Amino acid sequence: MKIVVCIKQVPDTVEVKIDPKTGTLIRDGVPSIINHDDKTGIEAALRLKEQLGATVTVVSMGPPQADVALREALAMGCDEAILVSGREFGGSDTYATSGILAAALRKIGYDLIITGRQAIDGDTAQVGPQIAEKLHVPQVSYVEEVREATPEYVVVKRQFEDGYHIIKIKTPCLLTAIAELATPRYMTVKGIVEAYEQEIKILGFEDLKDDLELDMIGLKGSPTNVYQSFTKAAKGAGTIMKDLSADEAVQVILNKLEEKFII
Amino acid sequence: MDFKLTKAQMLQQELFRKVAETEIKPIAKDMDEAEEYSMDLLKTLHKCGMFGIPYSREYGGQGADNLTYTLCMEEVSKVDASTGITISVHTSLCCACINEFGTEEQKQKYLRPLVDGSKTGCYGLTEPGAGTDAGGVRTEAVLDGDYYVINGTKVFTTNSGFADTFVVFALTDKTKGSKGLSAFIVERGYEGLSVGPNIERMGIRAASNCEVIYENVKVPKENLLGKEGQGFKIAMKALDGGRIGIGAQAVGIAQGAINEALQYVKERKQFGKTLNKFQNTQFKLAEMQTKVDAARLMVWRAAMAKDNGEVYGPYAAMCKLFASDVANEVTRGCVQLLGGYGYCREYPVERALRDAKITEIYEGTSEAMKMVISGAMKV
Repeated sequence: MKIVVCIKQVPDTVEVKIDPKTGTLIRDGVPSIINHDDKTGIEAALRLKEQLGATVTVVSMGPPQADVALREALAMGCDEAILVSGREFGGSDTYATSGILAAALRKIGYDLIITGRQAIDGDTAQVGPQIAEKLHVPQVSYVEEVREATPEYVVVKRQFEDGYHIIKIKTPCLLTAIAELATPRYMTVKGIVEAYEQEIKILGFEDLKDDLELDMIGLKGSPTNVYQSFTKAAKGAGTIMKDLSADEAVQVILNKLEEKFII
Repeated sequence: MDFKLTKAQMLQQELFRKVAETEIKPIAKDMDEAEEYSMDLLKTLHKCGMFGIPYSREYGGQGADNLTYTLCMEEVSKVDASTGITISVHTSLCCACINEFGTEEQKQKYLRPLVDGSKTGCYGLTEPGAGTDAGGVRTEAVLDGDYYVINGTKVFTTNSGFADTFVVFALTDKTKGSKGLSAFIVERGYEGLSVGPNIERMGIRAASNCEVIYENVKVPKENLLGKEGQGFKIAMKALDGGRIGIGAQAVGIAQGAINEALQYVKERKQFGKTLNKFQNTQFKLAEMQTKVDAARLMVWRAAMAKDNGEVYGPYAAMCKLFASDVANEVTRGCVQLLGGYGYCREYPVERALRDAKITEIYEGTSEAMKMVISGAMKV
C-alpha cells in the first residue's frame, strides 16, 4: 500500500505580516516549518505504515528551500521525498497548484493520499479537495480519526459542525487531516542523519508536461487574482455585563438589539 | 575555517530545541524540587535518539558526530542542566568506554542497547577517598575462576538510581596504585550491587547521583573492559571526551540564563523605564553574550578535533575550564539583573546559578583542567 502525504512549508507565525505595497507575506526573518495539519497527516500515515506495512511518500510543491520540510518528514520516518519545483509553477493559486500536484501524484502513484486540512498562511482548505477532484478519487475532508484501514478501504470519522460522520471509503482516495487526528512524533537523531544521506527527487515541469499545459499553471493558469491583502484591524473590546439576573440579562440584550434596529 | 553548522546539524539543533522547550522546560522546576528525574522524560529522550548521538549505526547508534552531541548538550542544558548531565554521563563516559575499549561481543551485548534507546548507563570511578586523585581508589576486583569478585563503595555515580549498565573501576593489583586499576561492565541485576538514596546537592538536583555499594559482586571474566591494569587509561580517556560535553552543558546553562534575563529586562520597569533602556543592562548583557559565544566556539573546536580524529584532550580541558567559569559568572550576572526576583525560585535563573557550580567540579575540577593544559604546554 502506497500512502502519499502532501505537505507545505509555511512561515512559523500566527501573526502573518503583509507587505502593504506588494500584498504578499513578509517572510524575512520568519523561520519555516511544516504546516501543522500536514504534519498531522504525516503522523497518521506513519501509524498506518506501522500497522499495515505501507510505504509513505511525502510530496511538497515549493522552492528548492522547501527541501528542509521534506528532510524533516524523512527524519520522522517517511520512506521517500519528492519536491515538485520549477519556475513555471511560480505564482500558482490553489487551482493551478492542485493541478500540478495531481499531475505529480499520477506520476508517483498512490493508494491513499493524505493532505492537511489547510495551510496556516493561506487558510483556503482548497488544495486537498481539488486534488481529489482532479484525480477523480473519492475524498473525506476534516478527518479526525482513522478507525480502520485496509488496502481496499478505510473507515474514518469526519468532524462536522454539529456532530461527526463515520464514513467507509474505497481506496484509492484522499483524506484531509485536522489536528485531532494525531499528535506528530519527533524526528530522531538517526532519522536526521539518514534524511541528509537520502536523495530528494525533484519533479519539474518537464517531468509532468504530459499532464500539464503551460496555461494551466503559474500566474496564467490561476483564476484567482488577489485584489488587495491587508492585516485585519483588531476588533474593539466587547462590553462585559456582570452579576445580572436572567431577566436583567435578557432585557440588556433586547435593548441592544433594538438599539441596533435588529428587532 | 568555517563557523557554520551544516544543514543536518541545524535540523538536529531544531529537534533538540523543540524537545527541550516542549518536554523538559515545563517540568524542570518540579524535577529540581522533587530531586527526582522523570522516567517518562527519560523514555522520550531515548526515543528521539538523544542517548546515542555520536555512536555508529553499526551498533545501533544514531550515527551523528560529536559536534551534534554538543548541540544537544547545549539545548537541553539551556532549560535543565540535570538533563544535560544525565545524557552526558551515559554518552560520553559509560558508552565511550565500551565503544573504545570493548570487544565485539561486549559492544553487541552492552553498547547496542545503550545507544539504540533501550538502556541507560553510568560510570563509577569516584570514591569517598578518591576524587581528583584517582590513585586513591580502594574498590577491589579479585579473580576467582570465571569471575571477578568486586568489593568497594563508589560515590557520586550519576544515573545510578536507574541505570541498567555500570562501567566500574576497581583494583586488580593493589600494589600498583593507579596502574593496578581495571574497568568492568556490571549489570544492575548482579547480586551484591546496591544503590543508596539520591545524595542531596546544591544543584543539578533532578539528576540521579547516589552511592553504589559493591558487596561480593560476581562479574563474569568476559566483562573486563580492555586488559587488566588499563583502567586508569580507560577512565582518563573517557573523561577527556566527557569534558567537551560538560563544556557544552556550561554554555547551555549560561545561554539559558541570558535568554531568561533578556526577556525579563524588556518587561521590568524601574525609574519609569524598562531595564533594557539602562546602559548597565545593555553592557552587562553584551559582555556576557560575548563570553558565552567564545566558550561555545571553544567547545565546537574540541568537538571538531575529536570528530576529525585529532588530539583533543587539551582542547577539551580548555573548553571546560573556560565555559564553566563563564557559566558561573553569567548565571550570577543574570540573577543580579533580575534582582530580588532572580533570587526567587519562581524564576529559573536561581536554579541555573546553583547548577552552574558543578561544571567547575565534576569530570575534573578547574584545577585538574589547568594540570592537563599546562601538562600539554610542557610547562
